[in-house]
Amino acid sequence: MSNIVVFIDHRDNAPTQHSLEVVALGASLGEVHAVVVGNSDVANAVATHGAAHVYVYEPTSQAVTGEVAAMQDAIATAASQMVLVPSTITGKEIAGRLAIRLNAGVITDASSVDASRQATQHVFGGSTIVTSKVNTELALITVRPGSAEVMNGTSGAVQNRTATDSAKSAKISATKPAVSAGRPDLTSARVVVSGGRGLGVAEGFAMLEELADVFGGAVGASRAATDAGWIDHSFQVGQTGKTVAPQLYLACGISGAIQHRAGMQTSKTIVAINQDADAPIFDIADFAIVGDVNVVVPALTQALKARS
Amino acid sequence: MKIAVLIKQVPDSWAEKSLTKDTFLLDRDSSDKVLNDLDEYAIEQALAWQENDGAELVAICMGPESATDAIRRALSMGVDSGIHIKDDALQGSDAIATSRVLAAAIKRGGYDMVISGVESTDARMGVVPAMLSEILDWPQLTFANRVSVSGSTIEIDRVTESGITTMNAELPAVVSVVEKINEPRYPNFKGIMAAKKKTVEELSCADLGVDSVGVTNAWSAVAAATTLPPRAAGTKIVDESGSSVSALVDFLAERKVI
Repeated sequence: MSNIVVFIDHRDNAPTQHSLEVVALGASLGEVHAVVVGNSDVANAVATHGAAHVYVYEPTSQAVTGEVAAMQDAIATAASQMVLVPSTITGKEIAGRLAIRLNAGVITDASSVDASRQATQHVFGGSTIVTSKVNTELALITVRPGSAEVMNGTSGAVQNRTATDSAKSAKISATKPAVSAGRPDLTSARVVVSGGRGLGVAEGFAMLEELADVFGGAVGASRAATDAGWIDHSFQVGQTGKTVAPQLYLACGISGAIQHRAGMQTSKTIVAINQDADAPIFDIADFAIVGDVNVVVPALTQALKARS
Repeated sequence: MKIAVLIKQVPDSWAEKSLTKDTFLLDRDSSDKVLNDLDEYAIEQALAWQENDGAELVAICMGPESATDAIRRALSMGVDSGIHIKDDALQGSDAIATSRVLAAAIKRGGYDMVISGVESTDARMGVVPAMLSEILDWPQLTFANRVSVSGSTIEIDRVTESGITTMNAELPAVVSVVEKINEPRYPNFKGIMAAKKKTVEELSCADLGVDSVGVTNAWSAVAAATTLPPRAAGTKIVDESGSSVSALVDFLAERKVI
C-alpha cells in the first residue's frame, strides 16, 4: 500500500475541514502520514480522522520553509511517492518549493485524484475540466475543498519529530489569526450568500449574514462590494479572490461579471436576485428573481425561519 | 537598490478562455492579450521605491513576441528598462521551467529584490515566487499587503486564509504583493513617450544557459481536457413585493439544500 503524505492546515487549535477532507482523500488511495507543524492537539485530532501516522513538528518561526522542512522529513521517512496538500496560499507555496527541492512535478487545485496519480482540475472558472498526470517519481498535488467526506472514529499513531530548514527564510515576528465570526470558511461552506453593488450600502451585509446564518453558511462578496469597502477583501469571490463551489450559491445584487463567475460557476445550485433583468448572472442562475434584494432577502430569511 | 519586477502577458481576464485542441495549451490567440493586472500592483510598489529612494527597476518578462506590449506597458508606467526572454523552445513551459528560466535571468542582474504579483490570472497557480525563492535561496516574503524596506531589512504583512503574519528578512529577497496594497497608476502621455526610448534586452534560453524547458520537458502533463456545456438559465421570476419567496423556498427544498 502506498504511503501518502498529507499536510495539515490548522486554525483555532483544530485541523481545518479542508485538511481533513484531504486526509480522507489520501486514505482512499493509501496509508496517510499526516504532517502537523506546531500543535499536538491538532495532531491527536487528525489521528481520529483517517491518518494512520501523524508526525508532529515543533512550531516554526521560519515562514513557509519551516513547513517545507517538516514535509521533506515526512516524505523521506514515509518513502512517499504522493503528497497531498490542501490548496491554500501557503499549501501551494509549500508544494511549489518541494517541487524544486525534490525534482518533482506539481499539480495545483485538483478537485479529485486517483491511485494512478492522475488529477482533475476545473480551469477557466470551471468551464473546462482538465485531467493531468505528474511525470516524475514523486507527485505533489494540492487539493481543493470538497474532494472527499471527512472520516471519523479512526485511530492513528502520533509521533514527535524535528526538522529545521537551512534555506534562507523570512522570520515571523507576529501573527494575527483570521477572525472566523462563527461562520464556516468561505471556500468550504455548503451554502454561500454573496452580496454585490446592488446592496447599495455596507449595512446590506448584515442582512446577508442573517440569511447565511439560517443556512449555517458563509458570506461572500463581489469585487464591487469589497472595493466599496463594505466588507473585507478576504470575502471576495472571483478571479482575483476565492474560488467557491458550494451546494448553494445565493448571489444578491451581483451583476455577474465574468471575473466573478470564474469564482463561483461550479456551484451546484445558483440562485440570483438582482434588480437588473439583463444582469449576466441570470444566464447561469438555476433560479432567478428580478427584484429588489432589500425586499426579497428579508422575506426569504423570514420564510426560512418560519419553516424550521 | 536594483529591483527586478516580474511581469507576464495573459489573455484579458474579461475574455472566455480555452485550450488548444491538440496540445491542451492555453489558446493565447483566441483573446486579447494584456499585462497581467495583478502585476500592476508590483510595478506600482516598485515605482514608490524608484521615486522615493532612487531604485532602479527592470521588468523581466518571459513570453512570445507579443509580450513586448506588456513590457512597454510596464515601461510606460515608469519602469526603467526591460528584459524579454523569448525563445520558441519555451512554449508550454510549466511553473518549474518558468521559475528556472526567470531565476537564470535574475542571477545575472545583481538585484536586491524580485517583486511580482501573487499569481497570473491565466494559470492561477501562485507558486512561481515561492519556487524562485527556493532556486535563488533568497527569503520569500509573499502575499504582502504591506511592505517596508529599511536599510537592508525588509518587512511585510503576509495575508492568507489563516490571517496576517508579520515577517522580516535581509535583502536580497523575493516579494509578491496582493491587490489592495496600492492603486496602480495609468500610464500618462509623457510616460508612453518616454517608454519608446527605453531599452528592452532580448534573451534566449542559450543566452541564459537553460535547457529542459517547454511542453515536452514539463514535469506534469495534461492528458485530456473537456469543455463543459455552458450552464443554462433556469426559472426567472419578476418580483417587486417579495411574493416570489415561497416559490424559491419550494425550489430550495426540491434541490435538498434546506
